[in-house]
Amino acid sequence: MTLKGLISASERTSWLLVSPLVLILAFFLVLPILTIVVVSFWNYNEFTFFPDFIFDNYAYLLTSQVTLSTYLKTLKFMVLTWIFCTAIGFTVAYFLAFHVRSLGAQVALFLLCTIPFWTSNIIRMISWIPFLGRNGLANSALISMGVIDEPLEWLLFSDFAVVLAFVHLYVLFMVVPVFNTMMRIDKSLIEAARDAGANGFQILTNVVIPLSKPGIMIGSIFIVTLVMGDFITVRFMSGGQSASVGRVISNEIALLQYPSAAASAVVLLCTVLLMIAVMLRFVDIRKEL
Amino acid sequence: MTTGKAKKFSRRSVLKGAAATTGLAVGSGAVTGFPTIWAQNIKDVTLRQFGTGVSNLNEVAEKVKEDLGFTLEMTALDSDSVTQRAATQPKSFDIADIEYWICKKVWPAGNLQAMDVSKIKNYDKIVGIFKSGKLTPESTIAQGTAPHSVGFVDGPDGTSFADHESGWMTLIPTIYNADTLGIRPDLIGRPIESWTELLNPEFKGKASILDISSIGIMDAAMVCEAMGEIKYGDKGNMTREEIDKTMAIFTEAKKSGQFRAFWKTFDESVNLMASGEVVIQSMWSPAITAVRSKGIPCVYQPLKEGYRSWGGGIGLSKNLSGLELDAAYEYINWYLSGWVGGFLMRQGYYSAVPETSKNFMSADEWGYWFEGKEAQGDIVNPQGQVMEKAGAVRDGGSFYDRMGAVACWNAVMDENQYMVRKWNEFIAA
Repeated sequence: MTLKGLISASERTSWLLVSPLVLILAFFLVLPILTIVVVSFWNYNEFTFFPDFIFDNYAYLLTSQVTLSTYLKTLKFMVLTWIFCTAIGFTVAYFLAFHVRSLGAQVALFLLCTIPFWTSNIIRMISWIPFLGRNGLANSALISMGVIDEPLEWLLFSDFAVVLAFVHLYVLFMVVPVFNTMMRIDKSLIEAARDAGANGFQILTNVVIPLSKPGIMIGSIFIVTLVMGDFITVRFMSGGQSASVGRVISNEIALLQYPSAAASAVVLLCTVLLMIAVMLRFVDIRKEL
Repeated sequence: MTTGKAKKFSRRSVLKGAAATTGLAVGSGAVTGFPTIWAQNIKDVTLRQFGTGVSNLNEVAEKVKEDLGFTLEMTALDSDSVTQRAATQPKSFDIADIEYWICKKVWPAGNLQAMDVSKIKNYDKIVGIFKSGKLTPESTIAQGTAPHSVGFVDGPDGTSFADHESGWMTLIPTIYNADTLGIRPDLIGRPIESWTELLNPEFKGKASILDISSIGIMDAAMVCEAMGEIKYGDKGNMTREEIDKTMAIFTEAKKSGQFRAFWKTFDESVNLMASGEVVIQSMWSPAITAVRSKGIPCVYQPLKEGYRSWGGGIGLSKNLSGLELDAAYEYINWYLSGWVGGFLMRQGYYSAVPETSKNFMSADEWGYWFEGKEAQGDIVNPQGQVMEKAGAVRDGGSFYDRMGAVACWNAVMDENQYMVRKWNEFIAA
């Protein structure tokens, strides 16, 4: 049997079609990650890093108290951001999908949600600083209304500020996929539920939420990966006082400790992959899309 | 570096070039740094300089073009990126404008070449700090990475630093200053005299320190020593135990909410101070000026324990040779000949050769910035902005008062990696 017999023409076409993507992913995704993994075993001194095979980078990383507290802090930001984004994202999407009747209005309102996202991430984040500051708009408004006497210190440069900025920055990543799945829910299912005697809350918990799960899961994956990898929002909104895994990596790069940054990056990558793997156990996105 | 078209010049272009250079020399009046090489193709030379924003100014590049005829390309980066580039990308620059403590870190990487001081015309006039380490013969040398200790190597290919004026300089000093705490006198309302005030509970939630480990640890050490908590052998080269103790004191303060924020960039420090989020913090001299130019009172408070000082200089890439190397020496000689010095001193820094800078400053400017005298008229910065009104006196007084009270130089420690880890723990705490 010849090779030609083994690979049919249609298979060859498939290989040909998939090869550009394979090449691009190999070059721009797999290769860089492999490089990071390799470098994470290298050694370094103050001004350079060089090939070696040492486990010191991982040993320090995995035994250090800082790593633990940094991961806990990052997870805390992630969980809080996820809770708020899911609650807000779900509500907004629900409103758009089920309360707004005309398609035109739905599209218009949906585009309205995206308007803030036409500006840069950083600008949207930094605009909170003058708003929340000790003499900022929020504090002066509250003081002039007589709600508080002293400016609230925890508004800015605090965990509150970090989570607020995260929610503001990433909530759209939840709205979009949830809205998308909700629009695909067959309206007759809801009618059927109503006919069967379900009240509004029962319809929500027994029909809408289960059918929106893939959307919620996709939004959650976005939020988990974005928050876990962030370094700039945490730095600005906490006034540099909170650490996050991303900040640790960026600090290590700044100090020329590339191997140790690479090790941190590998650990972060594994953590995030693990989290996504667990999330995918709950919902089979491919089946439900 | 590029010599561009120079490689294929004809006799005609040589003549044209020569005419142009002569014209240039006449045109500029050549007040400063007479070009000593008259290579007709020097104007085709491009030197690429990088460094921190403080001295990498476009005005300097423009003036170089005007006075010397060649092109200087400036890239301004933050101190971390500067260190990275000097250590890891030797082909990306011809001239490195770096701080002395960065020099200690990157010189062993072998990307820079030592400079022959016999080619530096104003070498004899360079301030003692950069040569013997002493400002005046009576001065004592401060702790930390004092510039003279990393300023010389044994020969053109020397890799280890020499402890004397060997004739081969690593960096030609360009700019330096004495740093202290910045305060908002209007919000504090009482005199501040000591570094201990940074951790004074009175300023709980209103203090800040910079989050650049190698500099932040020094400010922290100044505070701990002033508090009497720790007696350091050398604040610029701490032992592990000293680092632990220092960070313990600061971690406790952080946990009790002493700090409003940590800053990493110049702009952040200005915003923290100007918005009133912070009333006392580590700060850099031009940041004080930036706050004051918004009409907000801000003082660069001299403290009884002294200053934390820093200095920068320019170093030459190992890859420089021939005409480009000549041009680089030309540039260095021009740099020390006064114009840049005056330009920098009118922003509150000091020049390595103050006596040449004096020629490029008015008597009033010299009196205010260098001698610590009361300003007779408005003091204007090189961009024409009014910095101080008549009657103002510089915080900390004269050059000798300020540079004579240096307690410590910015440094890189033997235990640098350990210190960085501890610093990161402090930030994460």
